[in-house]
Amino acid sequence: MLSASAEIFLVIMICIVLVVDLFVNDKDRKVTFWLSFGTLIATAALVMNNTPEAREFIFDGSYVNDPLAGLLKIASISMVGVGFIYSRHYLIKNNLMKGEFFLLSLFGLLGILIMISANSLLIMYLGLETLSLSLYALVAFDRNSSIAAESAMKYFILGAIASGSLLYGISWIYGMTGSLEFNEIALAIAENPSLNSLPLWFGMAFVVVGIAFKFGAVPFHMWLPDVYQGAKTPVTLFIATAPKLAAFALIYRVLVDGLGGVHDAWQGTILIISLLSLVLGNVVAIAQTNIKRMLGYSAIGHVGFIFAGIFTGTQIGYAAALFYSLTYVIMAAGAFGVLIALSDEGDADQLDDLKGLSQRNPWLAVIMLFVMLGMAGIPPWVGFFAKLDVINAVIDSGFTGFAVLMVLSSVIGAFYYLRVIWYMYFEQAPKSKAIIINKDLGAVISINGILILALGLFPGALMQLCINVIN
Amino acid sequence: MFQALLFYAFSGLLLAAALGVIFSRNPVHAIMFLVAAFFQSAVLWLLAEAEFLAIILVLVYVGAVMVLFLFVVMMLDINVEQARSGLSRYAPLGLIITGLMIVELIQVIRFRSEGQVLQGFAVNPENYNNTEALGAVLYTEHVYAFEIASVILLLAIVAAITLTMRKRPGLKVQDIAMQVAVDPKDRVRIIKMESES
Repeated sequence: MLSASAEIFLVIMICIVLVVDLFVNDKDRKVTFWLSFGTLIATAALVMNNTPEAREFIFDGSYVNDPLAGLLKIASISMVGVGFIYSRHYLIKNNLMKGEFFLLSLFGLLGILIMISANSLLIMYLGLETLSLSLYALVAFDRNSSIAAESAMKYFILGAIASGSLLYGISWIYGMTGSLEFNEIALAIAENPSLNSLPLWFGMAFVVVGIAFKFGAVPFHMWLPDVYQGAKTPVTLFIATAPKLAAFALIYRVLVDGLGGVHDAWQGTILIISLLSLVLGNVVAIAQTNIKRMLGYSAIGHVGFIFAGIFTGTQIGYAAALFYSLTYVIMAAGAFGVLIALSDEGDADQLDDLKGLSQRNPWLAVIMLFVMLGMAGIPPWVGFFAKLDVINAVIDSGFTGFAVLMVLSSVIGAFYYLRVIWYMYFEQAPKSKAIIINKDLGAVISINGILILALGLFPGALMQLCINVIN
Repeated sequence: MFQALLFYAFSGLLLAAALGVIFSRNPVHAIMFLVAAFFQSAVLWLLAEAEFLAIILVLVYVGAVMVLFLFVVMMLDINVEQARSGLSRYAPLGLIITGLMIVELIQVIRFRSEGQVLQGFAVNPENYNNTEALGAVLYTEHVYAFEIASVILLLAIVAAITLTMRKRPGLKVQDIAMQVAVDPKDRVRIIKMESES
């Protein structure tokens, strides 16, 4: 029971925040904000205290706790916390400061924690639904924006289809192996090699479709750019960060923990999805004028890299994919954080809004520079090492051609990242009004920016941690 | 033998009710046919000795979902003619899908029954109670999943209220508190005046 104390605490606190928020009259929702923020800190502390050295199972094998779960949970909780601080003044300015924003975010976080610690297909699905339902509501959070309602509708319908596909695949896997728990599925496949045949592959294909959809990988990416663009920037920040870590947990637990024994059967599918994501994400991003949409397509490209790490099927590949996911969400948080800071009157979501940023707020421009160089994968920023590790793992498993393609797509991607830098430093600002950012946002975003550089200069410690938790 | 007779009788009624849902012109009649269909399938569950599912089907679907359906249909003014106008346009697609499903079903039934002796539902052992069996695992083995499901329901309530409750300008809503607390002086002006005779 102690293992799951973080989740239990979070549920209790959600109920408390729900009730307390009713009695808050303050327009700025100070009480709700700090209570939610305190909840995050306490939950993180509970996770830290209860992460075991080795794997342990509770709730009759429904719940798994291991160092990997600890690392992913801490990272997701911190991302949600960073998102809260970035969003606060934006929400106040845009008349969106409501308790429900924090409530739904906490519900989403709960779903993420459940997914990370899921040891059965049923729990994984329930966690995914908890996360998805809160995301649908968050995307439509601004009721006066028709574009938000449209993207929420798209997200909801496509998400429901993906959930259906996932469930259908789960039912096949359950039918073939006789269990919903990942370790027992792995055991059943190891004991009975004849299971590795068409009916299992059939179920697996549907599960992979569901996973690819939740990641936003090609060809199941259609919702992603629309949702990134349609949602308010704080919500986009939320979608772009912590759920990506949950998606990593989803793919790792299902395909590696559960179906690791039939690695040869899913490898081809993952390869194709990864390749298509890399090429389409990076090429289409060039044509975007809306920066949120551009970052959406860039996210598709990054997902291609994460899939490539999983594709290798080696410990080092999984560790590289984990490292990539962790560093990518840090960079994504930085990118959307800068956009939130820029949003003075209405959302800053066009590339043109970044023109001449270096004159309007030099420090913010430097942070955006770090983020863009990091995403492009230019040393010594952290994105370079993340890409290098994945490409290394792919070469080690003997797919040199694929590695060359990965490098090529990164080069294509560098173009639109560098274009942002060009806009910030070498274009004239249409309005020369200086941008003043709030102190708390400024402090956190500075740490975020410096972290992208610091992790790039000293990637060893985090990389070692990733390797340790995967083993 | 008697069981088989019951099975075929209720299956026949189920099919008839299902056809009734599709072919009745009046939406309210269609819903009534659907209720009948649910009852027939509940009886089939009972024949398979799955009494818990049978009860749940009647309670949840007939008792709650269908009543909701009925409310919605009665509140909406459905124009039957308009709904039917698309029939000829969608008919070919519908026929193709129906044909495919029939072929699939025949395939499955022939493939599955090859070399098998057809028999009735598996008989449960004496004193077996499937409500008890479900209850025994629901709060023990599956307690985690059960609790998460309850959290999802809470989340659904919060999300639905977030999306529908909002203050719009120009909304004509009564404020009960203000109505109760109203002072007679604000509403009625008592004027003393001389009577004119």
